[in-house]
Amino acid sequence: MSFIANTEEQHKEMLRVCGVNSVEELFADIPPALKPRSFSLPNGKSELEISSFFQDLANRNFSHLTNFLGGGFYDHFIPSAVDALASRSEFYTAYTPYQPEISQGMLQAIYEYQTDICRLTGLDFSNASLYDGGTALFEACQMAINATGRRKIVIDGGVNPIYRKMIQSYTANLSIELAEVPVSHGQSDRAKIAEYLDEKTAAVLLQNPNFFGVIDDHSDIAEKCHSLGILAVQSVYPIAMALLKSPAEQGIDIATGEGQSLGNPLSFGGPYLGFMAVGKEMVRKMPGRMVAATTDSQGRTGYVLSLQAREQHIRREKATSNICSNEALCALRAHIYLSLVGKEGLKDVARLCVDKAHYAKERIKQIPNVQVMESSPTFNEFTVKLPIDAGECIGRMIEHGFAAGFPLGRYYPGMENYLLIAVTEKRTKYEIGRLAETLEAVICQ
Amino acid sequence: MSIIFEKSVKGRKGVSLPCSDVPVHYEIPGKYRREKDAELCELSELQVVRHFTELSRRNFGVDNSFYPLGSCTMKYNPKICEKVAGLEGFSSLHPLLPQLRRGGMLTQGALSVLYELEQQLCEITGMDAFTLQPLAGAHGELTGMMLVAAYHRDKGNHKTEVLIPDEAHGTNPSSASIAGFKVRSVPTAENGLLDIAALESTISDNTAAIMLTNPNTLGLFNSQIEKVAEIAHRHDALLYYDGANLNAIMGKFRPGDAKFDVMHVNLHKTFATPHGGGGPGSGPVGVRKDLEQFLPISRIIKRSDGTYALSYDYPKSIGYIAPFYGNFSVCLKAYTYILMLGGDGLRRASENAVLNANYVMHSLKESFNIPYLRTCMHECVLSAKKQLENGVHAIDIAKALIDRGFHPMTIYFPLIVKEAMMIEPTETESKEMLDEFIGAMKEIAELAESDPETLKNAPVTTPVCRLDETKAVKEMNFSYKENF
Amino acid sequence: MTPADRKYSRTHEWVKIEGDIAVTGITDHAQDALGDITFVELPKKGSQVSKEKECGVIESVKAASDLYSPISGAISEVNEDLETAPEVINSDPYEKGWIFKISNFNKSELDSLMDAAAYEKFLETEE
Repeated sequence: MSFIANTEEQHKEMLRVCGVNSVEELFADIPPALKPRSFSLPNGKSELEISSFFQDLANRNFSHLTNFLGGGFYDHFIPSAVDALASRSEFYTAYTPYQPEISQGMLQAIYEYQTDICRLTGLDFSNASLYDGGTALFEACQMAINATGRRKIVIDGGVNPIYRKMIQSYTANLSIELAEVPVSHGQSDRAKIAEYLDEKTAAVLLQNPNFFGVIDDHSDIAEKCHSLGILAVQSVYPIAMALLKSPAEQGIDIATGEGQSLGNPLSFGGPYLGFMAVGKEMVRKMPGRMVAATTDSQGRTGYVLSLQAREQHIRREKATSNICSNEALCALRAHIYLSLVGKEGLKDVARLCVDKAHYAKERIKQIPNVQVMESSPTFNEFTVKLPIDAGECIGRMIEHGFAAGFPLGRYYPGMENYLLIAVTEKRTKYEIGRLAETLEAVICQ
Repeated sequence: MSIIFEKSVKGRKGVSLPCSDVPVHYEIPGKYRREKDAELCELSELQVVRHFTELSRRNFGVDNSFYPLGSCTMKYNPKICEKVAGLEGFSSLHPLLPQLRRGGMLTQGALSVLYELEQQLCEITGMDAFTLQPLAGAHGELTGMMLVAAYHRDKGNHKTEVLIPDEAHGTNPSSASIAGFKVRSVPTAENGLLDIAALESTISDNTAAIMLTNPNTLGLFNSQIEKVAEIAHRHDALLYYDGANLNAIMGKFRPGDAKFDVMHVNLHKTFATPHGGGGPGSGPVGVRKDLEQFLPISRIIKRSDGTYALSYDYPKSIGYIAPFYGNFSVCLKAYTYILMLGGDGLRRASENAVLNANYVMHSLKESFNIPYLRTCMHECVLSAKKQLENGVHAIDIAKALIDRGFHPMTIYFPLIVKEAMMIEPTETESKEMLDEFIGAMKEIAELAESDPETLKNAPVTTPVCRLDETKAVKEMNFSYKENF
Repeated sequence: MTPADRKYSRTHEWVKIEGDIAVTGITDHAQDALGDITFVELPKKGSQVSKEKECGVIESVKAASDLYSPISGAISEVNEDLETAPEVINSDPYEKGWIFKISNFNKSELDSLMDAAAYEKFLETEE
C-alpha cells in the first residue's frame, strides 16, 4: 500500500505529456554505475497486519509500572480534550505557517502560546518553540556569548545532568569554557559560584526546581551577575511556575525549560518542547520562529511570522540559530492544556504535586535506615538516601510493579545510594503508601 | 475571531481534578513563592473546544487540499501511523526506563522500533550506521557537522572551512556555522548544476567538508556526483548529503553508494510523518563505517539472544545531542510507514513523485518560464519572469492560488532563480488534482496578461487578506497584553 | 540620480568627506532592494572599523544585509534617529538617512572607491 492513486491508464497519459515512454527514462541522469547496490526491504504490509504487529510491540513495553520517575520529564494528567483538539488534521497535517492568510489558526494558537509562556515566566517575549529544554539551554548560552562577546559559561550543578552533557557536546568544537559548580546542601552554592564569575563570563546557568527537586530564589545570583555584565539564565519546570517565584521576579534575563509536562505524553523521549522567554533587550537575538499580531488592509487583526530576518532562511550562516522545524504541535498541545486548566487549575495541579510529594516524604521517612534529604525545600521531587545501592533497589522495585525513582549514581559519581523520587497529581494516596511499604520490604531483603 | 484571553471569565476552569487524598498540605516558604499569579486564561471545556475548533477551520493541511511546497514533501500522512503512535504502550513510556538496572528489558518494544528503523534507513541510503537522535533536519545537519569536526580532530587536522552550493537551503550554512566552521559558497553553473570547475578552484586543504544535496534544490540530479566525491576525498574533505530531497530517489540511488560520508534524512518529509504546523520533525543522521565511532550516545544494540539494549561504550562519541533517543513517536510513525510500503512501495513512491513533477512542469511550460527545461526530479522550478513583464510577481501568483483552494508552492527559493516558484506535487496526488492545479495556474497566467490588477489583491476569500508585515516588525506585538 | 559629491563601494555604501570626517550611508539602489527597513544594528561609537569589513546590520521584513564600512577609521558618531525611525534610510538615503561618521580615516582608501558615474555603470553590470 503506497497511497498512490493513479491507474495504469493515467500513468500512460502522463508519460506521454512528459515525452517519455517509461518512468525509467525520467531517471536517466543517474549513471548506471550508481544504481543501488542493494535495496532489499521486506514487502509492504496491509494496515491490518501493521496494526497487529505494532500492538504486539507496544505490549512488550512495561508501561504499566506505577511511575515515580522524574528527572525533568513527568507523568502528568493530560485532559482528553487536548488529544481531541490537537489531532484535528487541519493542525497536524499543515506546514509551517509561511502563508499567513490560510494559516491564521496555527498562527493565532502560537501567539496565544507565546502569551502563556510570557505570563508563566514574567518575561516580555517568547518564541514559538525550540526542540527541548536542553537545546533551549544551549541556545541561551549562544545568545549570551553573542550578546556579551565573552566565552565562559558557569553551570550550576543542579542543572539537569543530561542538559549539561548536551552543552558539553555542542561546545566541543567551539573554544568555549565551561565551569561546573556543585550544589551545597541541595541548593546553588553562592560562594563557589561567585569565585567563577569574572570578566570572561557570559552567563550563569541555573535551574528551578533543580535536578534534585530543590527550590531556590536566585535573585541574589542574578543581581551579582548583572553587576559584572553577566547574563542570568534559568531553566524552569512549567507546572512549578504556577506557585514558584517567576524568573522575571528573580531578575533572570533568559528563561528556558521543558514543556513536556504541559499536555505532552512521555513518549519515550520525544517529541518534547523547548521554551524560551527574554526581555526586550534580547529579543532580536532570540532563536526560533516568532509570531506577531498585525492588521490587514481592512484593519482586521491577523498574525504573521515575524522578525524573520534573524532566521536561517534569510541570514544563513549569520542566523541567530539554525533551527527551522520546531515543536509547533507540542506547543499547541501545551497551550490547549494551559487553556483547559487555566489560571486556577494550574495552581491546583501544582498543589496536588507538592502535597502528594510531601506525603510521600513523610511515609518514606518512617522507613528505618532510609534518610530523606531535607536540608532544602523541594517541589514535587526529592532525594532519598538508601542503605543499599539505589540501582539494585530499583531493579527489585520493578519486580513489584514500581518505577520507584531514578538512581542518582547514574549521573553523579559518589551518589550510588541516592534515589530521586518524583510525585505528580496522578499518584494516589494508596499508591504512595504501597511505594513506601514495598521500599521497606525490598530494602530488608 | 477573538483571542482566547478575551473569552476569560474569572473563576472558570476547563478541567476537573480529584481533590487531594493525602493528609499533608505543604506551604511553600514565602521567599520562594510567586508574588503575582500567572494570568492564564479561565474558560470552560466547551469554550476551549469551540475556540480551537474554530482555529482549526482557519488552517490548511494536506488533508484539506493540494500542498505543493517544494522541498517540503507534503505527502499524505497515513492515519495508521497516528494510531500506532497513540498506543499506550509507546506513548506513556518514560525515557529513563531503559537507563535503570535491567531497564532495557522494560522497553524491548520501543528499543526494537529504534534499532530496526536504523537498519532500514541504512538499507535505503546505503550508509553503514544511523543515529535517530537529531530532532529535526537542521538538527541533523548540525550533528553531521559535529561528526565532521570530530573526524578531523581525531586525525589531528585543523580544517576550518565548509563549502556549500549557492542554491543550498539556509539551514546548511547556518548549521555549519554553529558547528564552528566558516562557510564558503560555490556557484551553480548555467545548467543548474554545481560548477565543478569552481569547486576545484575553491576547495583547499583547509576544507573540512562539502555539503550537497542531490537532486539539488532546483530539482536536478547531478550525474557527475562521483567526480565531486573524488575531489572532496582527494583533499580529505568529507562529503555531506542533505537528504531533504530523498523522495526523488528511493530505490534509484543511494548516497552511500556514491561515497557520501555523512548524511541526514527528514522523516517528516520522505517518510510521511506529519509536519504539525511547523514541527515536530526528525532528522536521523547516517554515516560511513569509519565515522560510526563518533555517533552520539546512547546507541541501540542487538544482542546475540535477539534482545535490544542501550550502549554507551563509544569513547570517541560526540556525546549527547538530544536528551534521549530522538523524537521517538516521529520515528515510530516513519517506521510504520516504511513497513507499510515495503521496498517496492518506496520505489514506486519515488517514481510517481518524479512523474508527477515532470507532468506539472511539461503542462505549464507554455504559460511560465522554466529556467532549466530538462528532466526534473521530484520538484520543478518555475519563474514568474514572464508575468513580471505585467507587474505580476511570484507572490501574487501564490496568493491567487489560495483563492482557488490550493496551498501555494514555495516562492523565492532557491535564491539563485529570480521570482522562483518551486513545485513538489508528491506521489500521493492524483492526476485529477494535478490537472486542477495546472488549470488554475494557466488561468492565473492568463489573468496576469489580461487583468493583472485582480491578482494583486489576492487572496480575497480568506478570513484575512495580505497582512502588514512591516507593521508587525515595528510594533513587536508578540504576546497579548491587557491591563490587569 | 546618484549624487556626484561622494564615492561609492561595491557593496552599495556611499562615503562623503566633510572636512576630516567621513559620513557614510547606503545607496538608493540598496534601500530599494531591501524594502521597508525595520531595524539598523549600528556600530558602537568609538570602535574601529576597517574597509570592506562588516560593522553592522540593516534589516527589513524579508531580508537582512550586512553593513560594511567603505573605509577604515574610528566611529565618531552614529545616527541615533535610526533607532526610532529606520525608514528614513528608505525615504532619504543620501541625507537624513546617513548611518555613521568616521574620523581619522585612511585617505588613500578613497582612491579605490567608485565615483558616481562608475557606480552607475557598476549597477548596470550587476543587473
